[in-house]
Amino acid sequence: MSTSVARFLSRWFTVVLAAAMLTAVAVASSLDATKSGITATFRQMNVPVEGGFKVFRGTIDFDPRNLKLARARIEIDTASFDLGAPEYEEELRGKEWFDTPTYPKASFISSGVISVGENRFVAKGKFTLKGKTQEIKVPFTMRSESGARVFEGELPISRKAYAIGGAEWDDTLDDEVIVKFRVTTAN
Amino acid sequence: MNDRERYTPVAMSLHWLIALLIFAGWGLGFYMHDLPLSPAKLRYYSWHKWMGVTTFILAVLRVGWLATHPVPRLPRAIPPWQTRTARVTHFVLYLLMFVIPLSGWLMSSAKGVPTVYFGVLPIPDLIGKDKAVGDVLVVVHQSLAFGLAALVGLHVAAAIKHQFMDRDGVMGRMVPFLKPPRL
Repeated sequence: MSTSVARFLSRWFTVVLAAAMLTAVAVASSLDATKSGITATFRQMNVPVEGGFKVFRGTIDFDPRNLKLARARIEIDTASFDLGAPEYEEELRGKEWFDTPTYPKASFISSGVISVGENRFVAKGKFTLKGKTQEIKVPFTMRSESGARVFEGELPISRKAYAIGGAEWDDTLDDEVIVKFRVTTAN
Repeated sequence: MNDRERYTPVAMSLHWLIALLIFAGWGLGFYMHDLPLSPAKLRYYSWHKWMGVTTFILAVLRVGWLATHPVPRLPRAIPPWQTRTARVTHFVLYLLMFVIPLSGWLMSSAKGVPTVYFGVLPIPDLIGKDKAVGDVLVVVHQSLAFGLAALVGLHVAAAIKHQFMDRDGVMGRMVPFLKPPRL
């Protein structure tokens, strides 16, 4: 008797849990690529050169009142890097740089978000680029803009940590690359 | 009137410094533009831009000097059409000393690779990154540079003609160790 009650309860519990998870997935909003941008600024001999990733997608689940549930998952097509100079872009898709045939995707998967001030947050998570994964901290701000949410921030990334650019570049090109993002989700 | 026979040491220094920069900038520009991407290529581009900015600054000084110091007279024997041609050539040469660096600066901005003088002083972008504008400015910059090369060729040929055919000392007005002309 008691075992069948337990079985009944556990079955219901599973169903409820699955429903809750589905709801959670449904709540996560997809980012609106037309109103979003992710750029990387390289610096060579103090000359900043900015390029942008044209193709990326992702979902963001974010409620400032309940940060424990905040999740972000963003995926970037590395071959979509646009420097405004086709002859360089081809080079950047090559082995020494993004090696896009082998590593077509870069990704950020958050593991937690903390608040660090008025509308200012830091997301921790795993950033994977060129097959190398690093734990990174992404500072960002959030604001609402005509029914949508806009997440904005920038962070320095070490290109060497991801084997971007060969050793012969070390004298000319800074290790630090500034990644800027402005991500909008429909709400 | 002895001081009018040749250019002042300041004018001579500016002339020869700019000449050196024009030749170096032209040669480097011609060499670097179709190199494959490499650290060296980016270095050459930076150097080329620094040369251009320096040329522009020296050209400003030079025109300022020109405005306050009279040009030494030419020998009377020179026919008026040659004097006129020289005047026009010099005017366009001066003009190009400004316009070519300016076109290069605009081109850099349009290409999204700003100019940072000696890697220290960022020169603000007047126009934003724009591929189509950048491609047009490449053609403008190159054409002007080829135009400058042609005019410098004419300028040098005329100087040599005066020195070795006319033997009138005109070249001595600008070359410190040559005899200046008798007026």
